[in-house]
Amino acid sequence: MPKALVDAEVILNRELVSGVYYLEVEAPKIAREAEPGQFVQLQIPDGAFTLRRPVGIAARNLQTGTVAFIYRTVGKGTAALAKVKAGTVINVLGPLGHGFAMTAKRPLLVGGGMGLSPLLFYASAMGGKADILMGGRCKQELFWEELYSPLVQDVFCTTDDGSYGQKGFTTMALPEILAKGGYDLVVACGPEIMMQGIAKIAHKQGIPCQVSLEKRMGCGLGACLSCSIDTTDGKRKKVCKDGPVFYAQEVFDLS
Amino acid sequence: MQDKRLFTSIAGIPMNTPVLTASGTFGFGEEFAEFVDLSRLGGVMVKGTTLKPRRGNEGIRITETPGGMLNCIGLENPGVEVFLQETLPRLAKYNMNVIVNISGSTAEEYGVLAEMLDVPEVAAIELNVSCPNVKEGGIVFGTDPKAAAAVVKEAKAHTKKPVILKLSPNVTDIVTMAKAVEAAGADMISLINTLLGMEINIRTKKPTLGNITGGLSGPCVKPVALRMVYQVAKAVKVPLIGMGGISSAEDAIEFLLAGASAVAVGTANFSDPAVTMKICDGINDYLAQQHIESVRDIIGAAL
Repeated sequence: MPKALVDAEVILNRELVSGVYYLEVEAPKIAREAEPGQFVQLQIPDGAFTLRRPVGIAARNLQTGTVAFIYRTVGKGTAALAKVKAGTVINVLGPLGHGFAMTAKRPLLVGGGMGLSPLLFYASAMGGKADILMGGRCKQELFWEELYSPLVQDVFCTTDDGSYGQKGFTTMALPEILAKGGYDLVVACGPEIMMQGIAKIAHKQGIPCQVSLEKRMGCGLGACLSCSIDTTDGKRKKVCKDGPVFYAQEVFDLS
Repeated sequence: MQDKRLFTSIAGIPMNTPVLTASGTFGFGEEFAEFVDLSRLGGVMVKGTTLKPRRGNEGIRITETPGGMLNCIGLENPGVEVFLQETLPRLAKYNMNVIVNISGSTAEEYGVLAEMLDVPEVAAIELNVSCPNVKEGGIVFGTDPKAAAAVVKEAKAHTKKPVILKLSPNVTDIVTMAKAVEAAGADMISLINTLLGMEINIRTKKPTLGNITGGLSGPCVKPVALRMVYQVAKAVKVPLIGMGGISSAEDAIEFLLAGASAVAVGTANFSDPAVTMKICDGINDYLAQQHIESVRDIIGAAL
């Protein structure tokens, strides 16, 4: 899988909801190579940041040669990124890592928080074969529903406070959805505790599950070992290079 | 040859350019092969290798700081045997100088490692006596001139390869350290390793890094590194490999002028995986503009 290191023009950098941005850049090489679940390393343009920022690929458009990312401002780097105007050139390294299995016939996506960003690309690539279960603290956090609706068959929502969809967590809604759905793959991206819970339920029902891990990274190329993890078979793996997508049983104890 | 002006030779090692990559920041080189012509580098100082596999430190291992970063990887590596059997054969196709960075918990271990690595595919051995992120060995050898000298002697006794000693900046007087390792027979000295530092997360009220402290690197350490290279260059005769925050050709030229025979690029590889090629080009342009035939002619010009 060839990686590119390109100067990409920012086409759009728009706030979707408070603190969450949609960034679209022109990077035809990356658009061509990208697979759902992969990420890029963005260089914050103002030169004040030593490290790049890893961001999952949320969408690509092969006609326009653009790639899009959805990110939340969590620190100084993403705050600086949020100020970037259309027309600015941003250096992008990618696509990086390994993505989701594309062979599923009927996948169920389960996402929470910014984990819903890379799943969006997967939903799109699945061409209407997928359903999604999304969870948030409240209704405002589920602005994702309108992004997913055109791409999937069914959208299931949970909120912690019950302000929208079923009250509770995705893990509470999952058993019933799985029981009636005929899914052949569960793909989860979100907080690690959520993914662990989701993976256990999928495992119990005998459905394979992939999860996408998040870890602080340096190089993004498998060289610096900042993002090393233990796998269940006692090996050391790198989230950036061997992941970020893993089969759940590789990284979580599902018993 | 594309870089006639940049060609050099240090301790008998021919180098296409005086630009190397620093251990721990460039993997085994192969990770960067899509962005860098590895044969154009003076050498790749590969990820720190130990006798037994090491899993490194728990918890958060990297955090960005103003002008740089802190890391506490803790020498995670699969061990020298895996390196020799699996990694080294894979690197042959890149036609690059492989410099193996080694760490031991006793002086004898450095000797054992140096002997095991005395193979044709290895160009030189760099002794890491200054890793701030491991409890045993490491920093102890790096802060005591006698202990550092003992490590050099042990390594020299067990290999015919050029031996490079990597100095820690976390000492009162780096010149004393440099003189001690030169007297012990080091063929080259590389400097500096990272500066010991830390960060506290004000929300959790706990240190950010899993190992509490970490090594500071990046542009913020460059003035310290340059000063130390300058001081050491005045005091010793062995060639120096200067490193610490180099992220541009201008930075690299400063180190050469300060007396380094070559430079190594570290953290900047994270900011820009292709930065070493830009640095080679930039040094070449500088020499051309100044009508200087060889990079060797500017080494130590500021001394």
